[in-house]
Amino acid sequence: MKLLSYFRGEAFQRGVHPPGCKHTADTRIRRLPFAPRLIVPLSQHIGRPSQPIVRVGEEVLRGQPIAAADGWLSVPQHAPATGVVEAIELRPSARGPWTECIVIRVYEASTQEVLWGTPQDLDAFPPQDIVLAVQRAGMVGLGGAAFPSHAKLTVPEGAKVETLVVNGCECEPYLTCDHRVMVEQARDLMVGIRHAMRATGAQRAIIGVEDNKPAAAEAMRRALPPGSEIFVEEVPTKYPQGSEKMLITALFGVEVPSGKLPLSLGMVVNNVGTLAALGRLLPAGQGLIERVVTVTGPGVARPGDYRVPLGTPISFVLDYAGAPAQARQVILGGPMMGQSVASLDVPVTKGVSGVLVFRGEDMAGREGRRSYPCIKCGECVESCPMGLNPSMLGMLAARREYDAMGEQYHLGDCFECGCCTYTCPSNIPLVQQFRVAKQILREKAVA
Amino acid sequence: MTAPTRTEIRSAPHIKGPRSVEQIMANVVYSLLPICAFFVYQYGISAAASILVVTASCLLAERAFVRTGTQAGSLSDFSATITGLLLALTLPPGFPLWMGVVAGFSAIALGKALFGGIGFNVFNPALVGRAFVQAAFPAAIATYTPSFLPGRFTQFIPSSLAWPLMAPADTAAWLKAMQFDALASATPLAKWKFEGTLTAAGDLLTSLAGHMAVGPSPVLILACGAYLALRRFMDWRIPAAVLGSAGLTAWLIFALGGTKYPDPFFMLFSGGLILGAVYMATDMATSPVTPRGMWLYGALIGVLTVVIRYYSGLPEGVMYAILIGNAATPLIERITQPTPFGKGAAIRARKSASYTLHPDYISREEAGAKTPKKRFFKNKPKQ
Repeated sequence: MKLLSYFRGEAFQRGVHPPGCKHTADTRIRRLPFAPRLIVPLSQHIGRPSQPIVRVGEEVLRGQPIAAADGWLSVPQHAPATGVVEAIELRPSARGPWTECIVIRVYEASTQEVLWGTPQDLDAFPPQDIVLAVQRAGMVGLGGAAFPSHAKLTVPEGAKVETLVVNGCECEPYLTCDHRVMVEQARDLMVGIRHAMRATGAQRAIIGVEDNKPAAAEAMRRALPPGSEIFVEEVPTKYPQGSEKMLITALFGVEVPSGKLPLSLGMVVNNVGTLAALGRLLPAGQGLIERVVTVTGPGVARPGDYRVPLGTPISFVLDYAGAPAQARQVILGGPMMGQSVASLDVPVTKGVSGVLVFRGEDMAGREGRRSYPCIKCGECVESCPMGLNPSMLGMLAARREYDAMGEQYHLGDCFECGCCTYTCPSNIPLVQQFRVAKQILREKAVA
Repeated sequence: MTAPTRTEIRSAPHIKGPRSVEQIMANVVYSLLPICAFFVYQYGISAAASILVVTASCLLAERAFVRTGTQAGSLSDFSATITGLLLALTLPPGFPLWMGVVAGFSAIALGKALFGGIGFNVFNPALVGRAFVQAAFPAAIATYTPSFLPGRFTQFIPSSLAWPLMAPADTAAWLKAMQFDALASATPLAKWKFEGTLTAAGDLLTSLAGHMAVGPSPVLILACGAYLALRRFMDWRIPAAVLGSAGLTAWLIFALGGTKYPDPFFMLFSGGLILGAVYMATDMATSPVTPRGMWLYGALIGVLTVVIRYYSGLPEGVMYAILIGNAATPLIERITQPTPFGKGAAIRARKSASYTLHPDYISREEAGAKTPKKRFFKNKPKQ
């Protein structure tokens, strides 16, 4: 299989094939009820935290803006449910133990209807106004990075965007939220693509889907508006195809130059979840107040994709989905790059694509593994999508030669996909060492 | 409330591939078993005793060094078993057993424990052990016996049972009693080097044609190697490079030098080249990790093997070629680092791609268009 793709030059080079475990791919998206209290962090995105515009004790409507963007690289927050602002205080979130959050006590029998929003005719908007509308909606990349969408859709002066690449790969095992969105919200997605194309001035849009989701590709093909320059392309399944640079290589056979953005090749990449949400929110003039989250894991009684109001505590989500009491690890995101959380009071934020629960026995296989010194088998070199030499980097990290890692062995190109650690037969925590090394180099650069 | 009460924090990735050191090493051992069985079939109980004694000596030495904290690893990782089996396969079947113990011990002590154990060794331990006994017991290691002797399953080759520190019994006299001439116990390589007689490559390939003093069949070794390569427990590039470069060098010299040199097939299938290329050169710890480095390393070993065989006083050169290749590995790795994504010439579009880049951007890229990376921060409106 690997050899075949090597000769045909398919997809991107290297990478790994973890078992898909996409058990929830065929269940419809269901709605989660409101938790009694919703905790909306002011910083759910990359960039500056938003500024609260409500006061403690104030009543808020579902969909009402409760925090304004602070500058360009920032987005507003909206109330996910009707209720009363109970507090604006420091609470634990996935970003850290103390982050500023707006706590809303939800009124009982609060309706699911969005009560705030002014429908707008986007086709009459010039491109820069669409971008502003995207910012007003509080949109960030829903794939996991949570980079503000309006900043991504802004074409800098002198640059020109020719292609909008729509990322429907969802290469992380277990996660199916993008898959379900592609199947169930294909029409919303097309609307979102159309607006994004107008905002960026792209001539065509290409939706890249991994070939393990034929239902999604089929649904999107059926939803394609006639005569449009939107294409659906199935790419061979491989991790980490969801990385935008890997997807561009899989589609176009070119490599985005190191240290540059896809924009340098005239491309803008957006996640399907993001564009589908845009397609639903922009025409209605609403803000982002809920997202689709995959709740799964071995032993979860009711796994599935849930439409979760932002700010819902993880404990409420787990309770509703029937997580086993003996769960020992709760991961936000997928198993390859997700973050495990210390506290179950942490809320679901805009960047959370999945809640994955592992029991003790699911971890046993991994924990029982012995660690060996590097036997230089070369598996990591064969799996690194960025073409680095993790074996050498790991040895340098053990010797604390961080400068050599950065200068001679291109540590800066590592995007922490975890392929090296996944394949390492010696059970060496390679990517973990690289994270430490990168942090140390960053601190050195500042000092 | 069924939600969990106690959670743990770990760093991503949270799942792990199926591959482990034990699994790799165990599969190498499995693939060596048919080869060992063939060796026993060829030489009888002497070969069996040699394999057992050498492997046991390696395991005991490993155990001792791990126990004393001299080296990392453990017996259960099977790496010492591989060293023992390979070492036994490179020794003559009638090699005195006490010398086999010395070989096994020195393989682990000098080849592995000295450097810190599994993964840290610079040289292939089995070859270090063999090099040690080749220097220590040059006569014994050059004494081969013909295969498929009658009564090989009931009778030891007399030299096997020599007392420690005593000279082994004379095998030539024993063979004479069995109506074999002295030439029969010379290896095909020695015959070619010192007598000028060539053995047919086809006979060498199977090791089954009569009473030849050869190791296990190259065909069998290649088949076992193919199993490992297909299951990706071994990198196919190294044997391909070793055999390719050895064959090419031998063919070039054969084509230019004429009758003075043997044909390339004889070179490939005689001696320990196949065993060395498939099992010794591919030892993970001592070969490069970079794909281009593997080709270079294999090619170096192949050329050196032929050069040593042709131009040195020794009939066999695989061992020294691989040891030199091992020594060159860090250097080879340094000059063959992989090209990172987006830094190489591959920025040009692949032809089989589904979509083509707009021509404007290809030219823009070549003209060195600027990245607007920091722009978002620069344009930020002042508060």
